[in-house]
Amino acid sequence: MLEIKNLHASVGDKPILRGISLTVNAGEVHAVMGPNGSGKSTLAQVLAGHPAYEVTAGEVYYEGENLLELDAEVRAQKGVFMAFQYPIEIPGVTNAYFLRSAYNEIRKARGEDEVDPMDFLDVMEEKLQLVHMSDDMLQRSVNMGFSGGEKKRNEILQMAVLDPKLAILDETDSGLDIDALRVVAEGVNAMRRPDNATIVVTHYQRLLNYIVPDFVHVLAGGRIVRSGGKELALELEAKGYDWLTETTAA
Amino acid sequence: MSSSIETLINKEYQAGFETDIEADTIAAGLTEETVRIISAKKHEPEWLLDWRLKAFRRWQTMTEPHWPNVTYGPIDYQAISYYSAPKTKKPLGSLDEVDPKLLETYAKLGIPLTEQKFLAGVAVDAVFDSVSVGTTYKEELAKLGIIFCSFGEAVREHPELVRKYLGSVVPYSDNFFASLNSAVFSDGSFVYVPKGVRCPMELSTYFRINASGTGQFERTLIVADEGAYVSYLEGCTAPKRDENQLHAAVVELVALENATVKYSTVQNWYAGDAEGNGGVYNFVTKRGKCAGRKSKISWTQVETGSAITWKYPSVILQGDDSVGEFYSVAVVNGKQQADTGTKMIHIGKNTKSNIVSKGISAGQGNNSYRGQVKVLPKADGARNYTQCDSMLVGNRCGAHTFPYIEVGNNTATVEHEASTSKIGEDQIFYLKQRGLSAEQAVSMIVSGFCREVFKELPMEFALEAQQLLGITLEGSVG
Repeated sequence: MLEIKNLHASVGDKPILRGISLTVNAGEVHAVMGPNGSGKSTLAQVLAGHPAYEVTAGEVYYEGENLLELDAEVRAQKGVFMAFQYPIEIPGVTNAYFLRSAYNEIRKARGEDEVDPMDFLDVMEEKLQLVHMSDDMLQRSVNMGFSGGEKKRNEILQMAVLDPKLAILDETDSGLDIDALRVVAEGVNAMRRPDNATIVVTHYQRLLNYIVPDFVHVLAGGRIVRSGGKELALELEAKGYDWLTETTAA
Repeated sequence: MSSSIETLINKEYQAGFETDIEADTIAAGLTEETVRIISAKKHEPEWLLDWRLKAFRRWQTMTEPHWPNVTYGPIDYQAISYYSAPKTKKPLGSLDEVDPKLLETYAKLGIPLTEQKFLAGVAVDAVFDSVSVGTTYKEELAKLGIIFCSFGEAVREHPELVRKYLGSVVPYSDNFFASLNSAVFSDGSFVYVPKGVRCPMELSTYFRINASGTGQFERTLIVADEGAYVSYLEGCTAPKRDENQLHAAVVELVALENATVKYSTVQNWYAGDAEGNGGVYNFVTKRGKCAGRKSKISWTQVETGSAITWKYPSVILQGDDSVGEFYSVAVVNGKQQADTGTKMIHIGKNTKSNIVSKGISAGQGNNSYRGQVKVLPKADGARNYTQCDSMLVGNRCGAHTFPYIEVGNNTATVEHEASTSKIGEDQIFYLKQRGLSAEQAVSMIVSGFCREVFKELPMEFALEAQQLLGITLEGSVG
């Protein structure tokens, strides 16, 4: 589904990713871990197409297509979704209108009919339950005045509504208490299918207790320094990142 | 909704076509003789001609104001034709007799004058260049005693009302453009809602400048008698032309005791091309008077068009406990300039005013809010709340705020809040990551920013306003 080959990216003149290679197949969950500044959020942003990052070398193929040539909205329409670490506030735009507009754009791109506001409410009903949100959330402005937990749940709600093929969760666990963490993880697990894939970017192991990955990759200095199974996350929890990062710095 | 915006975004100014229709246009130039010709063409009574002449003589002594924060070349007032009317062979008895080409023009603009509009609950008066071409639902309204007709007809049929209220809010000597309008105004709309009557439908005027080399100088007068209610909407379009066209209108509103007048404008005059050639100069005087106790006047405007907009819909709060409101969205893109805002003059006791202004600047547009809140010494307990927000799209545009506050009574409360924000790359990216295009993203963010104002508009016009916003901001993101 996703093939990253020797990816280099920078912000301004500052190189951040320095040769990432990673293959993600349908049905898999990959965890990308690493200390602060290792480039794991940058990887998420680059895959989603954030304009602030410049790809300086390497290739990314998504479903056989050159992902880096596609505009951010086209990537989204083709099923790439990123749950933001810091969800953005949009004053005056209701969550319902925002979600329906996004839903319809993605349906249009798939050659499906747009859905009117009444039918959309039915779609929402079930998705709201998945993330334990009440429907008054729909009438509030996008992320305005939401608590940290509500914002993250709202990201997962969007993910559930848009039903992506490739979901990238960028530090979705940061700032969440254990209950919210569980709700978010349950939502993500409910969406796991053989035909989609998830990349979970996280600093801490604890999210991976709930979303169990098939593979764990450790990033340091813009490179993957170690890959392994879910047990690698536990090893990191016990030993910290230093034993891995020190070897690369040398 | 989003798909219609998308379609619209990719279109240019849609109202920019010209109707090929034979017109009776008088020669360019402005002298006392011109004023007499206009008055004679309209078979006006002596008192009205005298009023026009007084205005003209006053205008000759005035100089064009240059204090607004806009720049434009000199206007040659002698190069403009002050009267242009589609030729008709005989006076019109009903809409069926209106030239089909005119009706076609309005249909193209989405303003069917036919009775179908009844379903939409909107009565329409359409002004084409200088004259009114038809008012729908006049009879239905007449049953309630509501008068809704062209200004010319009001002068003929209801001279006592026109004479009583004309110039009572905006005197002929008020300002350069108001005096010019008073001298040469051609047509416009007149509304009178009698005591205790609630007008059951939206009243609407559609203004259209068609002929080249002409100006449009319409005049609207709306009077709500004691306890009456009326909601009125005005829309405007013009063909695309390389020259600048002058639009100097006057709108006067009068609300007597316990009456409410709600006046909404969706202004989409041609804005000129990307290089700033052509477009309408929209120099308009709009003012309402809350003459009676507990009366209310509410202005809502969505200004998306015109090369230059220069207008301050205002309220004189004369009656005790009266309320004035001003809700405004002004968008500039390309090389458009807008200097707009309001004046709230508190005279009566416990008068209240509320101002919400949303200015959006994109491209190389320049947007200024200019507002005056004045509390006179006798206005005990007067209150004003002003909220003035600016949004910038890109980094070549400008937003300016010029608030003037004069308080002459120490029991008054005046609040002013202002903010400036910029559409962030992060906001656009967030929406793009959810599958929306950059244009849709900007349109959505801006609509959200304007929500407080849009919710004041009648439903169908709110939709139109939102679509216009999308078109105006077309190409504003790289």
